[in-house]
Amino acid sequence: MEPLKLLSGLACPLPLANLDTDQIVPARFMKQPRSAGYGQFLLHDLRHDAEGNARPDFILNRPDAEGARTLVARRNFGAGSSREAAVYALVDFGFRCVVASSFGDIFSANAVNNGLLPATVEEADLESLFDYLGDQPAPLKVDLERCRLRAGEREIAFTVNPVWRTKLINGWDDIGMTQRHRAAIDDFAAERLRVFPWVSPVRPALPREA
Amino acid sequence: MTTPDTQPSTLFDKVWNAHEILRGDDGQSLLWIDRHFVHEGSFHAFDKLRDRGLPVARPDLTFGVADHYVPTLRRTGERIGDPAIRNMVEQLTDNVERNGIALFGLDDPRQGIVHVVGPEQGLTQPGLIMVCGDSHTATHGAFGAIAFGIGASEVAHVLATQTLWQTRPKQMRLTVTGDLAPGVTAKDIALTWIARLGADGARGHAIEYAGEAIRALSMEARLTLCNLSIEGGARCGLVAPDETTLAYLRDRPFGPRGAEFERAARYWSSLRTDLDARFDRDVVIEAAEIAPTVTWGVSPEEALPIDRQVPDPAAMEDGEKARQARDSLDYMGLTPGQKLTEIAIDRVFIGSCTNARIEDLRAAAAVLKGRRSRVPGLVSPGSSLVKLQAEAEGLHQVFLAAGLEWRASGCSMCVGMNGDQVASGERCASTTNRNFKGRQGPGARTHLMSPAMVAAAAVTGRLTDVRAL
Repeated sequence: MEPLKLLSGLACPLPLANLDTDQIVPARFMKQPRSAGYGQFLLHDLRHDAEGNARPDFILNRPDAEGARTLVARRNFGAGSSREAAVYALVDFGFRCVVASSFGDIFSANAVNNGLLPATVEEADLESLFDYLGDQPAPLKVDLERCRLRAGEREIAFTVNPVWRTKLINGWDDIGMTQRHRAAIDDFAAERLRVFPWVSPVRPALPREA
Repeated sequence: MTTPDTQPSTLFDKVWNAHEILRGDDGQSLLWIDRHFVHEGSFHAFDKLRDRGLPVARPDLTFGVADHYVPTLRRTGERIGDPAIRNMVEQLTDNVERNGIALFGLDDPRQGIVHVVGPEQGLTQPGLIMVCGDSHTATHGAFGAIAFGIGASEVAHVLATQTLWQTRPKQMRLTVTGDLAPGVTAKDIALTWIARLGADGARGHAIEYAGEAIRALSMEARLTLCNLSIEGGARCGLVAPDETTLAYLRDRPFGPRGAEFERAARYWSSLRTDLDARFDRDVVIEAAEIAPTVTWGVSPEEALPIDRQVPDPAAMEDGEKARQARDSLDYMGLTPGQKLTEIAIDRVFIGSCTNARIEDLRAAAAVLKGRRSRVPGLVSPGSSLVKLQAEAEGLHQVFLAAGLEWRASGCSMCVGMNGDQVASGERCASTTNRNFKGRQGPGARTHLMSPAMVAAAAVTGRLTDVRAL
């Protein structure tokens, strides 16, 4: 995973609350392997009309949004389904940071596991950010070491779980980290089996009840 | 590493502490996972594992269930017609077979929705930590387990290590005092608290559901309640095990039996919050305040008692809330101030991991018995065993006589991945968990409610207070 310390680029305003993962990537696109490139599915039903044509006025379809790295939305971003495809769609589109006043818990964890920063800001700061952006993309600097956003003259603090911050800054991956604790895990599993023998190993099921 | 026994602790603390392998300097815990369910969407995680050349650490604690993409029609003896869907089901079969994981597949008589199958088979037990790449994993907390949904990277991590790094969430107790009025269900409790606290109201918290009204709920109703925890933003929801829990667990296929059951039951009975244990938040709702509730908008928080009117954005003081309400009403095709009972529907759906257990089907059938549905609709039982039981009780005859379709089990029209969808612009009264834009199909309009309320809507062709029928 590519480390993320400082991010400079355009931020896109998308002043919507409760943007759930069903909207971020509709279920019908999720049969594709990641290699298909999920960027094309990002917010598909908001970006396209009923005939499937791109809405030219939708912010992510506009030429001036090209290459944007940060998305700014309202509260409860990424609520709902645990589908990591929602994060794939944002990342494959080019985003490395989403700013909102709150995030779905599973979405945040998924984001961090794919190098996407979920930056939480206070409601008032979010409004200030929308004032700055208006209805168009504008430059924004994200400083993950200091947990600050720089929008023109404005400096806005954001929060992120400190463990996730460290993971993002270093580009760390959990599986590698966990494998260092192999012995502790094996000991724990053996002890758990001793104390709670009914939990595992799971015995074969009875003959099928037809 | 664990809290000393002398400290009063919560149910959640007790289960969490029993699973903490170690705690890092950063405060994150490495947790042991007792049960891991995988489904068709888990292919992303299996792909990751394969890319890294890693084996599945504990195939014996991993269970495959085909649910999201399975067709609900023409299932036996034929290959699935849609090649993309067939591919999804076959990928799951390949992935579990290659890794020695048990599968409740398409032609297994125990197949069903993962969150219905787990409890039914006795895989779900008090005191466990259970995960699945599906946000409604919170369902299993009804037994006093810590159960939560995870993403594909985390699924890959659990497959590779049978563990997960987690930051201990905050804890909230949601107490429902007194008795529920007749016609009021677990679904109504959930929609009521989510409407009050917001769709992110319990974000970052584990919820323990407590109080007389919760204790009086059946296991199936507790499953419905815990299932919807995620819709209020909670990480998971739990109900402490009691006699109701033990009675449900006795003689389940994958559960302990005989003397081992008694030994397990003694431990399970110790899983309750100590008297002086502290919660970060305490929320109390009086059962008497809860009425049959329906959603009118595009988030589960946009819910109201059935005797109310949809909001009028012009009368709202908060500009952002008014804008959001306007957007929701616009998507839903509703007029500001319209009475909920004047909203006509185009179809009904009874199914999903929220409300497709046998009690749900009985509740819907009780309303539909001897009546006709004015609109078309599907009934999809939560599992193939629920389907058999419903047929043994004759419930399917009630649905068929009412003019509804009786289908096989799966996620079906809750998420529309298997092809069962609501057409654009159509309005569906649904027992499901999400009224998100496009959830049941692009442009679909969803109203969430209990099975009896869906049945009532079917009978009148509009949203209806079931108590009046």
